[in-house]
Amino acid sequence: MGDCACNSGVKLIYSCSGNADVGEISDRVARALRREGFGQGSCIAAVGAGMQGFIQSAKGADVNIAIDGCPVACARKILESIGVTPESYIVTEMGFKKGHTHVTPEVIETVFNTVKQGKSDKAETKYAPVTGGGCG
Amino acid sequence: MYKIEVLGTGCAKCNKLEENARKAAEGLGIEYEVLKVKDINDIMNYGVMITPALVVNGVVKVAGKVPGVDELKKMIKE
Repeated sequence: MGDCACNSGVKLIYSCSGNADVGEISDRVARALRREGFGQGSCIAAVGAGMQGFIQSAKGADVNIAIDGCPVACARKILESIGVTPESYIVTEMGFKKGHTHVTPEVIETVFNTVKQGKSDKAETKYAPVTGGGCG
Repeated sequence: MYKIEVLGTGCAKCNKLEENARKAAEGLGIEYEVLKVKDINDIMNYGVMITPALVVNGVVKVAGKVPGVDELKKMIKE
């Protein structure tokens, strides 16, 4: 935690952290971004579980970044389910195939740099809104 | 008795949130107490990632924002 909102530009980072290789990549990239100070790491599971502290923090952040492994986009959908539109990144849309990607430092660095450079379109311009959320 | 907690390390926005929360509670005519929570671990136990935040009777109502008095009245009562 815990930037004070007196500091503008509060950025929270979420990863889907799914069990597949691309989910692992999303998790490791999110952690690397946090360590570098790109943003604060938050917890998508806590948002999905309805924990109000995490939900209200997402609503109060200036930017929420969702890093999903695959197009199922659980992290993005969970945030959308609480009315938050995140900046969305999907590992499989960066040229990596689910189930066929070795989690190497090079792959992590590629995704890390993509997120850091902000190349992804905002979710609202790239995807239709989704309701319901969940890790389905 | 409403237990209103203001989470934050004591910045200007934290103080403003406390001020607005007191005004809201007074406006509602309720019995209340306001506690200031500055310990990072206590704040994290609520899952709050951004301060200031407002907790009413153990439920986080807002984080990273300072709502106006009228909005806070609704948050306190809901």
